[in-house]
Amino acid sequence: MTTALAVALLGACDRGPLADRAARTQRTLGGGRLPPDVHAAPAPPERFGLGRPATAAEIAAVDRDVTPDGHGLPPGKGTPTQGAAVFAAKCAACHGPAGEGQVGAPPAGYAAAPKLVGRDPRDGFPFGQDPKLVKTVGNYWPYATTVFDYVRRAMPVTAPGTLTNDETYAVVAYLLAQNEIIDRNAVLDSATLAAVKMPARDKFVPDDRKGGAGFR
Amino acid sequence: MREEEPTGTQAANSAGERLASDNPTTQVPRRVTRRGLLAAAAASAGGAVLARVSAEAQAPTSRAAQGAASPAQATGAPPAAGAFDIASVPADPTRAPGPPTSALGARSPFETPARTPIGVTSGASLTPLHQLSGTLTPSDLVFERHHAGVALLDPARYELLIHGLVERPTVFSLDDLHRLPSVTRTCFLECSGNGRSAYKTPKREMTPQIVDGMTSSGEWTGVPLALLLHEVGVRRGASWLRVEGGDASRLARSVPLEKALDDAMIAYAFNGEALRPANGYPARLLLPGYEGNANIKWIRRIELADGPGMFRDETSKYTDPLANGTARQFSLVMDVKSIITAPAYPGRVTPNVWTQITGLAWSGRGRIARVDVSADGGASWLVAELQDPVMPLAHTRFRLSWQWDGKPTVLMSRAVDETGAIQPTFAEFRSKRGAGTDYHYSYIRSWAVEPDGQVFFRVDA
Repeated sequence: MTTALAVALLGACDRGPLADRAARTQRTLGGGRLPPDVHAAPAPPERFGLGRPATAAEIAAVDRDVTPDGHGLPPGKGTPTQGAAVFAAKCAACHGPAGEGQVGAPPAGYAAAPKLVGRDPRDGFPFGQDPKLVKTVGNYWPYATTVFDYVRRAMPVTAPGTLTNDETYAVVAYLLAQNEIIDRNAVLDSATLAAVKMPARDKFVPDDRKGGAGFR
Repeated sequence: MREEEPTGTQAANSAGERLASDNPTTQVPRRVTRRGLLAAAAASAGGAVLARVSAEAQAPTSRAAQGAASPAQATGAPPAAGAFDIASVPADPTRAPGPPTSALGARSPFETPARTPIGVTSGASLTPLHQLSGTLTPSDLVFERHHAGVALLDPARYELLIHGLVERPTVFSLDDLHRLPSVTRTCFLECSGNGRSAYKTPKREMTPQIVDGMTSSGEWTGVPLALLLHEVGVRRGASWLRVEGGDASRLARSVPLEKALDDAMIAYAFNGEALRPANGYPARLLLPGYEGNANIKWIRRIELADGPGMFRDETSKYTDPLANGTARQFSLVMDVKSIITAPAYPGRVTPNVWTQITGLAWSGRGRIARVDVSADGGASWLVAELQDPVMPLAHTRFRLSWQWDGKPTVLMSRAVDETGAIQPTFAEFRSKRGAGTDYHYSYIRSWAVEPDGQVFFRVDA
């Protein structure tokens, strides 16, 4: 969205989202034929003032998003070698010893753990044409920061939120090295992780569907 | 693939098992029920009741019979509190008083609509579209799609935090949300993975539930998100919302500010009661017309930001690889779509008898303008009747009276929305999006009528 559009929308917001509803109610009153003891409701307040102010501490406690510019990456570091040990202990049971995907049956009720490692095909991005291609971190994920965000957010699937920052950096380092995106001797921290460029980074395009004639 | 929805095999097997559980001992009550329903249908001017009778009469084994083979009956366990029992159905209900009032209304024991599959922690259960009439989805049949199971939240401890590029970072309790001016609207909610197994692993023994059961429609109540944003004061420079759920996957998506200020809602009720836990209790994001995944359940946090968060479910998932070697991102609006719900597998049709072709149409871009129905494999089309009121971004029921001439044929529905967008053919869809594409499977669905009247899902190629 453009800045101009955002400003226009904010302008609309400043008039109050209830303005239309109040006007509609006024129109249904029928132009002054109310009984003497019935009056139009007063306009709603500019703000209701409900809710309580959020403290910086409580925001920090739950805002753990990590975004492509590196925002939100915590202190800490990890290497592929350290990550291999974490992966073997906490991830491999589902994702396979080398990140090749579900080995054996997943736990009851769970989907098969996806394959995480693999760069094929190295040329092009033929996922739309070839239904047999399997998406991995190496061939499809456009941002390395998303791997960190998602691992910290939701993994391991039966105990999310239990990896330390160093363990998370290490697991991400292991996955990126397994996918031949970073060197096996690399050290990942907030600066080096944000600098990683993923192979599929430039393959994603904005939605160009608009409705109307012409299927896209 | 299993990440997003059950495979066709799993789901079709599940439906097949239910079909196999016919029980001849229920013949008498089944006939009684049919008469009752037919009488109701005769007295009704609407087509919806007829649709259900028609579908039931056409099924190779009736749902009434399946109901008799429920686990409770098979094991001799008493029916659940408030539930009715086929064995208690008298020969003549006019000769003795029936059961008294109860706290919760139970279905007729002859009616056993059900989601399938069950027991899924990360994945989906599907709405039985072919067992429903009209346009609203009963709350206990709304499809589920979870990423870490159903989050169970205590409403007394519920909090929604709005922060980031706002003037007043604020925490709203559930009471706060209830005190604010509410809005109620009807709209559909569809997973953008809906139709994946029919596209990728089609089988002719697929019911409408298995083909497209990840869509539901109903009446939502909540607080306009624009009002909450006005309360906290959006700061200049904000253009996206980063939204997070309170489940064990802390599911996160980014939503354009433009949508948030338009018609987004923090919903706390559905079909007249509090949200069910599986659908986001006590509060969720509702983005009318947007793909289901972005409608964050158990919503706990909204951060106003200057761009999207590029979370997993808007990068590695919920992006659409295209035939041209790119992947479409933030493809949030659901395309115009429709599906015939009867006649459809496992139903059958009788030659030279009037019946109706009926189904659902919807679009994420507005109202349904027209639904065309073909009974000759797309060679010619007839305009179906739409049930009023046709609401924007809501399931719309269509119907067309029809007589089968006894020859094998293919039934199709093709919806057009008010923007003029029309459902593509399978061939056009595949040429534009690709055989390996993912999400937004909006092409025309087809049903093949065999010489014996049995209807199957038509496997496109």
